[in-house]
Amino acid sequence: MTANDSSPHHLQLTRDGQLRHFLTLDGLDRALLTDILDTADSFIEVGERTIKKVPLLRGRTVVNLFFESSTRTRSTFELAAKRLSADVLNLDISTSATSKGESLSDTLLNLEAMASDMFVVRHSQSGAPHFIAESVTPGVAIINAGDGRHAHPTQAMLDMLTIRQHKGQFEGLKVAIVGDVLHSRVARSQIRALNELGAEEVRVIAPGTLLPKDVESLGCTVEYDMARGMKDLDVVIMLRLQKERMEGALLPSEREFYRLYGLNQQKLALAHPECIVMHPGPINRGVEIESAVADGPQSVILNQVTNGIAIRMAVMSMAMGGQVAERQQKLSERDQA
Amino acid sequence: MSSVNNSGRSLKITGGRLFDGQGAEQANTALLIRDGRIVAVGEAAARETADETVNAENGVITPGFVDLCCNLREPGNGQKGNIASETLAAAHGGFTTVCASPETSPVNDSSAVTHLIRDGAASRSPIRVLPIGAITRGLEGDLLSDMSGLASAGCVAVGNGSRGVRNARILRRCMAYAQTFGLTVMFSPENQALAADGYAHDGLVTSRLGLLGIPEVAETAAVMEMLLLAEETGVRLHLSQLSCGRSVEMLADARSRGIAVTADVAMHQLVFTEEALAGFDSRFHVRPPLRSESDRKALIAGVRDGVIDAIVSQHQPHDTAAKQAPMAATEPGLSSIESVLSLGLELVEMNELALPDLIRALTTGPASVLGRTARLAEGETADICLFDPDAFWTPGPKTLVSACRHAPVTDRKLPGVVRLTLSEGRQAWPQFAG
Repeated sequence: MTANDSSPHHLQLTRDGQLRHFLTLDGLDRALLTDILDTADSFIEVGERTIKKVPLLRGRTVVNLFFESSTRTRSTFELAAKRLSADVLNLDISTSATSKGESLSDTLLNLEAMASDMFVVRHSQSGAPHFIAESVTPGVAIINAGDGRHAHPTQAMLDMLTIRQHKGQFEGLKVAIVGDVLHSRVARSQIRALNELGAEEVRVIAPGTLLPKDVESLGCTVEYDMARGMKDLDVVIMLRLQKERMEGALLPSEREFYRLYGLNQQKLALAHPECIVMHPGPINRGVEIESAVADGPQSVILNQVTNGIAIRMAVMSMAMGGQVAERQQKLSERDQA
Repeated sequence: MSSVNNSGRSLKITGGRLFDGQGAEQANTALLIRDGRIVAVGEAAARETADETVNAENGVITPGFVDLCCNLREPGNGQKGNIASETLAAAHGGFTTVCASPETSPVNDSSAVTHLIRDGAASRSPIRVLPIGAITRGLEGDLLSDMSGLASAGCVAVGNGSRGVRNARILRRCMAYAQTFGLTVMFSPENQALAADGYAHDGLVTSRLGLLGIPEVAETAAVMEMLLLAEETGVRLHLSQLSCGRSVEMLADARSRGIAVTADVAMHQLVFTEEALAGFDSRFHVRPPLRSESDRKALIAGVRDGVIDAIVSQHQPHDTAAKQAPMAATEPGLSSIESVLSLGLELVEMNELALPDLIRALTTGPASVLGRTARLAEGETADICLFDPDAFWTPGPKTLVSACRHAPVTDRKLPGVVRLTLSEGRQAWPQFAG
């Protein structure tokens, strides 16, 4: 029995199906995901101009709330907001308010009182952006920039954009995700996106200690042996491995992991000749991936970074559009009443 | 209605369906109560005249409910609840006896704290409060508490609340020492190393939402260890708050081999599953966690077959701040005692549980774990619950009396309204206006 009806997809869409928060890919259909990709495509051109700005978020205040440190994700969100002409405030919360004992709710209510329009949230706890959108500041658009092990939806969408650029479509694609799926919010969002967009097969390749329970229920097959798993692949996505995994008795050593699950040229040769190699970064050379592969002709890792800005511009402008539309609708309903 | 505990006044309850805690259901009978006791049942009662009469038509009359696991939050956690607020909530739920968890602040590991709870209950509780003592000092799981002293002060059992003990050696010594005094030990089985930092059932929902899981084996490994140690030490073991179907199997097996073990399950485990967390609803962050549908079914079967003796509320009131955060940062527990009967009646309505089994698990089952009786018979204490199974109410700020509002259901109507709770003949619910 379910206890309530506040599932994420009810929360992040307006009544007419527009995005108003961007918390997870769960509950977003293929049409909406494709809309995000198409919108991002149109923003790629903006990045190629000398004046890289469009006025979609002029006069809006976007607050980057990073409760967990990050360089790349935060800077691409900042660049995306600035290219949309928003005012941007970067807050590194891990070293400010919460260390003085202020609760998450209080920190956010204070920021809302400063007339913020959008929070870009990264948090170490799964569900934190969902909690903020539902219970703390429902009138502020919330963009999930990564929460615990739950979701990293903008990362997954920029990966989908990269795949579409190189492969044209998702139908018929065989995609593998290799490494630490258990702790990975990126993998969960990617599996969801690939399933919704129609990929033929999603495989996860990892040892049993790095897979969540009943992982197949997410919409993937499991392969322990990487050589077998590489067969016929069109896309291989490598995940970052944290050094702490050795301490928790999840893995014996980086060396053994690299031998079994690291991507080198020999293993890549087992895939389809036009297989592309992806990695959400930052990469550990010699742990997940060999330098010759990371820098090689099949690698699209730097394309992913470039696409990150376009995807974040797309999601931010769409969510702001949904919030504004909903606000206006509520105002007009109030006037009528 | 007035008090009939020692005033010499008498009260008669007539009509309704009577479950007396011994035999089958009786219809249209009568109960006569005087001086806190039941003085006549059936025709003998019907013939008598009384100072007051309650017509129980459409109602069900049962012994007052007994809760083996309830947190009253006193002493020490006044922001979450207190003896007066939470025992009144219990009376609203039809309970006339609640066991007070040792997880207070300070912990109930000394006779001084036990007396504090009993004194508080004597002056501010409309129902009976039976303290459970901490089996280890400070519930830290390392050193034995003064169990004999706790028992003399009025603790009816010793346990470790929801917390574990350091290792099997200490668990074994806890049991051997408690057995010396014939004390019942109550443990919520959880292997701490396996549970680690988890806070939700390791399964489909945790995998999808990226929550940290508590595997089923964290419970089943602990159940097995406790059953073996109970068999060896001969202590009377009560397993609290089971959550896994597999635990029920092991329990049935241990019983068939003659081990003195009893068990309970929280009502919310019989109603909800891991799916309740699907929207990151931290209200349903409970411990042990809500598990799968097959576990839920096996737990219900355990109650039906009598392998599980009791259904408990596992009432854990909280202040708003404790529940308003991302799930990992919230405290586990529901404010549940006022909804136990109603959720049980929904199970009856859905044909998952029979009414007599529900009533047994709320009355005679838990009472016998404590070595007490729960009977509506001549000479027995007048602990009585009268409820209307076909009337509805909606839990919410206007209807709940607990200091905490995190009830399992707040958005729809539930069947089952408690019309009258009598504790030793005294009206505990509805609350006296004067």
